[in-house]
Amino acid sequence: MSEAIRKYYVPHGSAWPIIGSVSLFLLAFGAGNWLNDGAIGRYMVYAGTAGLLYMVFGWFGEVIRESVSGIFGRREDSSFRQGMIWFIMSEVMFFAGFFGALFYARQLAIPWLGGEGANIFTNLLLWSGFEPAWPTNGPGGLGGTFEPMPWKGLPLINTALLLTSSVTITIAHHALIDGNRKLLKWGLAATFVLGFLFLGLQVEEYYEAYVHLNLKLSTGIYGSTFFMLTGFHGAHVTLGSIMLVVIWLRVLRGHFTPTHHFGFEAVAWYWHFVDVVWLGLFIFVYIL
Amino acid sequence: MYENTTRQMMKWVAGLVATIAMLPTLAAWELNMPKGITDSSQEIYGLHMLIFYVCVWIGVVVFSVMIYSIIKHRKSVHPEPATFTHSNVAEVTWTAVPVIILIVMAYPAAKTLVKLEDSSASDLTIQVTGYQWNWHYEYPEEGISFYSRLSQEANIARQVNSGIDPTSVPNYLRDVDNPMVVPVGKKIRLLLTAADVIHAWWVPELTGKRDAIPGFVNSLWFKANRTGTFRGQCAELCGRDHGFMPIVVKVLSEADYAAWVRDRADTGMTAAVTTAATDSAADAGAAALDPPVAVAAAASTSGGDAAPDMTALILKGESVYAQHCVACHQANGQGLPPAFPALTAGAITTGPIDGHINIILNGSPGTAMIAFGALLSDADIAAVVTYERNALGNSVGDMAAPADVAALRGE
Amino acid sequence: MTSHAAEHHDEHHHGPEKGLKRWLFATNHKDIGTMYLVFALAMFFVGGAMAFVIRAELFQPGLQFVDPGFFNQMTTMHALFMIFGGVMPAFVGLANWMIPLQVGAPDMALPRMNNWSFWILPFAFTMLFSTLFMDGGAPAGGWTLYPPLVLQTGNAFPFVILSVHMMGISSIMGSINVIVTIMNMRAPGMTMLKMPLFTWTWLITAYLLILAMPVLAAAVTMLLTDHYAATSFFNAAGGGDPVMFQHIFWFFGHPEVYIMILPAFGVISEIIPTFARKKLFGYSAMVYATASIAFLSFIVWAHHMFTVGMPLSGELFFMFATMLIAVPTGVKVFNWVSTMWRGSMTFETPMLFAVAFVFLFTIGGFSGLMLAIVPADFQYHDTYFVVAHFHYVLVPGAVFGIMAGVYYWLPKWSGNMYNEKLGKLHFWLSTIFVNVTFFPQHFLGLAGMPRRIPDYATQFADFNLISSIGAFVFGLSQLLFVYIIWQCVRGGTKATDEVWEGSHGLEWTLPSPAPYHSFELPPTVR
Ligand code: HEA
Ligand code: HEA
Ligand code: HEC
Ligand code: CUA
Ligand SMILES: [Cu+2]
Repeated sequence: MSEAIRKYYVPHGSAWPIIGSVSLFLLAFGAGNWLNDGAIGRYMVYAGTAGLLYMVFGWFGEVIRESVSGIFGRREDSSFRQGMIWFIMSEVMFFAGFFGALFYARQLAIPWLGGEGANIFTNLLLWSGFEPAWPTNGPGGLGGTFEPMPWKGLPLINTALLLTSSVTITIAHHALIDGNRKLLKWGLAATFVLGFLFLGLQVEEYYEAYVHLNLKLSTGIYGSTFFMLTGFHGAHVTLGSIMLVVIWLRVLRGHFTPTHHFGFEAVAWYWHFVDVVWLGLFIFVYIL
Repeated sequence: MYENTTRQMMKWVAGLVATIAMLPTLAAWELNMPKGITDSSQEIYGLHMLIFYVCVWIGVVVFSVMIYSIIKHRKSVHPEPATFTHSNVAEVTWTAVPVIILIVMAYPAAKTLVKLEDSSASDLTIQVTGYQWNWHYEYPEEGISFYSRLSQEANIARQVNSGIDPTSVPNYLRDVDNPMVVPVGKKIRLLLTAADVIHAWWVPELTGKRDAIPGFVNSLWFKANRTGTFRGQCAELCGRDHGFMPIVVKVLSEADYAAWVRDRADTGMTAAVTTAATDSAADAGAAALDPPVAVAAAASTSGGDAAPDMTALILKGESVYAQHCVACHQANGQGLPPAFPALTAGAITTGPIDGHINIILNGSPGTAMIAFGALLSDADIAAVVTYERNALGNSVGDMAAPADVAALRGE
Repeated sequence: MTSHAAEHHDEHHHGPEKGLKRWLFATNHKDIGTMYLVFALAMFFVGGAMAFVIRAELFQPGLQFVDPGFFNQMTTMHALFMIFGGVMPAFVGLANWMIPLQVGAPDMALPRMNNWSFWILPFAFTMLFSTLFMDGGAPAGGWTLYPPLVLQTGNAFPFVILSVHMMGISSIMGSINVIVTIMNMRAPGMTMLKMPLFTWTWLITAYLLILAMPVLAAAVTMLLTDHYAATSFFNAAGGGDPVMFQHIFWFFGHPEVYIMILPAFGVISEIIPTFARKKLFGYSAMVYATASIAFLSFIVWAHHMFTVGMPLSGELFFMFATMLIAVPTGVKVFNWVSTMWRGSMTFETPMLFAVAFVFLFTIGGFSGLMLAIVPADFQYHDTYFVVAHFHYVLVPGAVFGIMAGVYYWLPKWSGNMYNEKLGKLHFWLSTIFVNVTFFPQHFLGLAGMPRRIPDYATQFADFNLISSIGAFVFGLSQLLFVYIIWQCVRGGTKATDEVWEGSHGLEWTLPSPAPYHSFELPPTVR
């Protein structure tokens, strides 16, 4: 059959989504209960997480088997690609929300609290003596005296790590296309090693912040934006690193061909996205 | 069938259009925005009518064409459809014409807006703070400050199934104990903020609304052209009793206003005075809200060995409670858990008395329980503490004296 | 246009699975579409029941039935159920059914994910509904979830937020599926500018969803951490700002309202040409207008917050930008009217709903334009004038769009004609009483009645009474709709393949009812 009149592959019935829905429900309901200091919440969270992991492995496993069996044509491949691109786009917008909060606080809220624009009385009546500055924990000085995170230490190293990892994954990709399997394996391995190194250093950085700088989530708006942005980024690095390991294992099994390797590319895109977000973070959270 | 439906539809549309067109003439029935008694409110009214008529006329044109088409271009009348699919002239026209209309509307709107936002050069400044659920007014220049909340009469009538006909209550839900008072012909600037959640201050006849936001101060101004009493209410959802925090502004002549200020200055119209009024109410045994049976019982059981003024203290405490606390902790002290804790058998209300006084003085940061120390006198706090410990299902048996409160206040 | 898909029976052909598995494990776009529609119908009634409670309490002044706190819970839950449970899933249901048929695809591009998008929803709404029984009750801070008020929510707090997250995940996956299907699965010859308008408007809606929903997720996540992790995003003492939440929320919220109306525009643009027996006037202008509306929707959000004390320049910018939306929307209205002009119209139920849509949506649009005028909005804001505005665009707008679509495509789905007489009755009851319900609310708002109040000053009594009566009859009329659908699905006059005399497009080349697998091999579009 020629590609043009080839049938699009439509799977017939799948249990994975409903498993995923039930697990997601357990996770969410459990988390709500846990936050309310309920008794069963945490167990529901564990069960939900386990269920989701089971679903991810089961579902992707099925797709991988289908892929390996060769039933995916050009159009199926293209569907996956476009799907991944728009998923990443939605992630970009998720981060945009937090970056928006950062910019709003720095450019508007804090100057207003300091009396700028039409807000002289905000400052005079409610927060007299508050000088707008960044970083700040606000006119109420929430969380007490703190020191901001300097960009020159760990963050700079981390930037270097992530940038390097972007290079290594590109090397691996080219190796894959060129059929150089050895370089592919090593490039990929280097990438996730760099990812985990990054995470290790981030843990170290958080430890510094909490123990030595008195910089916490509760340290006013600076602490809030700092930890939310870097925290969600860290969560994405974790996810990306795990995906890299999975892809690496698949490479070891010889899953990808020079022309047919959507799984690899999806993870690479995701990794680049995480990288770009980090650059934004590095500039706007750490340096400026 | 089709014939029939169209005719019905047309009638209905005609009725609708007629209703819209009649709208301004029915103003006497409170169908339209009030013109108000300030230049700002009248300018806003003018803008409102301008856009309204623009919309009506566009509507009349568009709907007429549609109705004509519905009648004349139905299959039974017009069996052969035309085949045209576009027309550049028409499309450019109906893009360009609305743009022009919009510009014509935007210009006066922008002009008015600039005026409304200019609160400089005011004659009198009043600080307004929104609380769940009452307003606090402070006249810094005159040294006057007071709370303003829903009138007792309406407050009783508005309880679920109170059995009282709202129409029998004058100005139901639109009356307060202490109205805000301003002089006529002066530019009044309000500095708005809130203590807990966002509220919005709105008296339509004076000017538009503005949000009162915790942690920020917004300003709003108006200049009344005539005297009178004007009513409005909180316009931003602020929790359970959002519908019950009215605003009343009395615009007085300059002389009357001066007299009012003198009057207030004499009696020192501060928080303490608000409760002075309720003191006498309590003394007269007219603690209005709930029949004070529970209180009386509690007072009598513990009354034997307690100091002789315990009953008086509890009665007074009940009225303080009814004014300030009942909204959250409820008349029976059960609260609305988990947001608002029960005071009945509470750890604090039955624990050491200092802790009890303390939470009322200083509040609980980050919750709706604000620091009442700034609002209530020592005597009030002592009374409400005593009330809470010996009523609402509690019977601790001890009582707080104003001096205890004063001592803790000092710390 | 030709189609040879339907006649093709080959070795891979199978029908639906038996029993519950068919629905739980569904990968078929028609099954999933049906589930979406049934779910939305159920949620409409849950939300409608809450509207009943609201209107019953507002029937006369004084508090008769519910505690004010519970009233606020009803308002909040009513909106959340209607928007996220009713309108959005109903449109996704229509998309699932119709987009593959309209572009000549065998199914949605990512069928398993399609199933997941749907099945998340019943769980999310079970969770949301369960908050009614929690300590402190359901959320009562309005569907806009403004802090600091929403932080006073009781145990329900994390559940609301997490259910919003679940709805967001569902919507994002659903819209990814729509985009990929449209971009990737069109039959040969189906160029972008040949696509039916319903498909076009959904494509643009899907982009809006992908750009807007994650922002909502971010906003509610910050609420969660402000509550449980002591962050200060919305707390001035820590350098945050409660108004910041409003900006982030409305950056999602305004596109959201167009998410609810653009697919309806698409449905109407399908129906009017069919019953006018005349091609859609200005097809490409319609497409460009939709795109312009979508673009503008991202730069007007602060028109919901004119009273928060923004700088003057901000107020001016958002006023002008908002007013601009009237232009592309006007283009749509004028094009619909021109499509009817010199056509050869008949007025079956779908057309009746479409015509009423054009009238009543326009009225709602006019009041929207009035709200955009900042000084006037200082008076209108947070009154029943706003409530009237958005119910005009949402009920005889979005909901009528859904109903029109259901009547229009029901014969294709079920193979049977619905009962035209009852359909017309349903139409007239709905149209008359939707106006009885919401038109007087304009007057209430202008006269100064704020929204979100359980009890009101006595001068508002008359119009509230009328509005409540309207609401009761309107709500009950919808039971008729359910009956009509039920009757039609059970049997009745067989529908032809074309169903409507003037129908046009690929979906009408398939037999009625549409076979379980359609277009397994793509048709050719010329
Ligand atoms: C389907 C949903 C939908 C749609 C389509 C719209 C459409 C519009 N809305 Fe509406 N809106 C809501 C849903 C919607 N809205 C909701 C839910 C809220 C309240 C949320 C809450 O607070 O809970 C709201 C609130 C809201 C506000 C805030 C009010 C306030 O709280 O103070 C404003 C202010 O500008 C506004 C404006 C508009 C405008 C200008 C349009 C325009 O798109 C309308 C354009 C259409 C026309 C103008 C008619 C047709 C045009 C012509 C015939 C051309 C010629 C016309 C002229 C040149 C005048 N809307
Ligand atoms: C799509 C959204 C939507 C819909 C359909 C409705 C429908 C109705 N709404 Fe509501 N409403 C909102 C969105 C909606 N509303 C929002 C966003 C708010 C603001 C909340 C807030 O302040 O936070 C609000 C608030 C609101 C208030 C103000 C409350 C307050 O301020 O305190 C009132 C009061 O009268 C009201 C009444 C009604 C009534 C009587 C209906 C009736 O029309 C209901 C009748 C029932 C139906 C319309 C369902 C029938 C539909 C079908 C049968 C379609 C079937 C479809 C398929 C086959 C899939 N609504
Ligand atoms: C706007 C709502 C509100 C009002 C009005 C209010 N409270 Fe409270 N109150 C609260 C909340 C919320 C808490 C819980 C604080 C916490 O969790 O730390 C609380 C806690 C308390 C407690 C401690 C209860 C316990 O056992 O934990 C006491 C005592 C109390 N309030 C007394 C009063 C008195 C007296 C008044 C009136 C003068 C009053 N409250 C008015 C909201 C309110
Ligand atoms: Cu205060 Cu609403
Ligand atoms: Cu909007």
